[in-house]
Amino acid sequence: MYSNEVMVPVLLSLRVAGLAVVIVFFTGVLAARLMAGRDFPGKDAVESVLTLPLVLPPTVVGFGLLLLFGKEGPLGRLLHYLWGVSVVFNWWGAVLASTVVAFPLLYQTVRASFQGVDRNIENAARTLGAGEWRVFWTISLPLAWPGLVAGVVMAFARALGEFGATLMVAGNIPGRTQTVPLAIYVATESGENRTALVLVGIMTVLSFAVIFWVNLWSKRRLKRWTIADEEFARR
Amino acid sequence: MKNLLAVNVVKRLPVFTLQVELTVENEILAVLGPSGAGKTTLLQCLSGLQRPQQGEIILNGRVLYSSVSRTNLPPRCRRVGYVFQDYALFPHMTVEQNAAYGITGGRTGRAGEVGLHEVLEMLQITHLAGRYPGQISGGERQRTALARALLAGPELLLLDEPLSALDHETRLKVRGDLKSLQRRWGIPFILVTHDLDEAAFLGDRVIKLERGRVTGRGGAVKQHGEGSLVVG
Repeated sequence: MYSNEVMVPVLLSLRVAGLAVVIVFFTGVLAARLMAGRDFPGKDAVESVLTLPLVLPPTVVGFGLLLLFGKEGPLGRLLHYLWGVSVVFNWWGAVLASTVVAFPLLYQTVRASFQGVDRNIENAARTLGAGEWRVFWTISLPLAWPGLVAGVVMAFARALGEFGATLMVAGNIPGRTQTVPLAIYVATESGENRTALVLVGIMTVLSFAVIFWVNLWSKRRLKRWTIADEEFARR
Repeated sequence: MKNLLAVNVVKRLPVFTLQVELTVENEILAVLGPSGAGKTTLLQCLSGLQRPQQGEIILNGRVLYSSVSRTNLPPRCRRVGYVFQDYALFPHMTVEQNAAYGITGGRTGRAGEVGLHEVLEMLQITHLAGRYPGQISGGERQRTALARALLAGPELLLLDEPLSALDHETRLKVRGDLKSLQRRWGIPFILVTHDLDEAAFLGDRVIKLERGRVTGRGGAVKQHGEGSLVVG
């Protein structure tokens, strides 16, 4: 009986957050790798810009995105000119808002874990004949993996819960841009408490399951490398 | 020119300037000196992990670094093995995967003739092949690091304080093993240490490094115990 009011926003939210996380993953890992590895003039300024969406109120981010990507915005006009597309007030707007807001969480976590990788271990690989690409894929990335997974989980959670910026950039169009947080707000406002409750329940269970599984999984992986001698012998 | 390393480098460091001239043949050269004397910097210049400001490094006729011809081969092209002080094993790979990391098609020298399993056997770590570095002892980790470095087919092996992470008993055993390993493998070893006994026992020749300068050179130390090291 709730099927449409509930399933439509849930599926939309998953689609938006999933796509946002994929974009954030590749851009975030690339940015973290570039920033962790070198020093250049203005690095601190770039660093601050990349982290800004984390501290700004989502409505400020949303307003800024409208300025940039709206009909009269420079990037909005560029997109329209190049491909005749617009990313405001449709579900791409929701992806854009979620991506921008979730980016700093993944970026910060991943950069910290790249910096945490022992330089000597990477250097050892270099003296063994490995080029930079091989060092990255076989050493840096696997060793930074727990941080990467944590970053993905946080980015996904943040993208799933995105409200303010999404409302401003994508609007609140049922069936098209109304994600779960927006649907919960609307349902509560119009007194449909049962719909709101079901949506809240789904969000909570979903988020719990993701975090629980990821924690369990990364713990197992870590244990494999460090398992004690006696335990190894008993296996 | 076989198995010969000729080094003449200048590297400015914050507190002093490292200035070293040396040649190494098919032997063990021990570099003795207190902490902060520039020993590790010297090894890093040889391996390409740091860049000197001036001079040249020539290994078996190949120019690894030359300020005149502006040559500076990256570490992966130098064929210089490096055993780090803390061994720097890859914690997410097994002993066997660690050892095999540097094996490529174009191996040269002894490593080309001797396979992975023979080296594991020689260093007595075959039974640990499936274990991770976090599951083995300090001495076993060191042998894994040695196997890994040798299997990449180096023409020169650098060892940074190779015994410092080991307990006393293991240390006594390992230093004998290191010496016979160099004889078997037939490439120059350079090892740095701050321990006079260790330098005298292991080094066919010993140099003393202080504040970036060679302040003493000792010839072959035939018997261990009283060293014939000339310092000053």
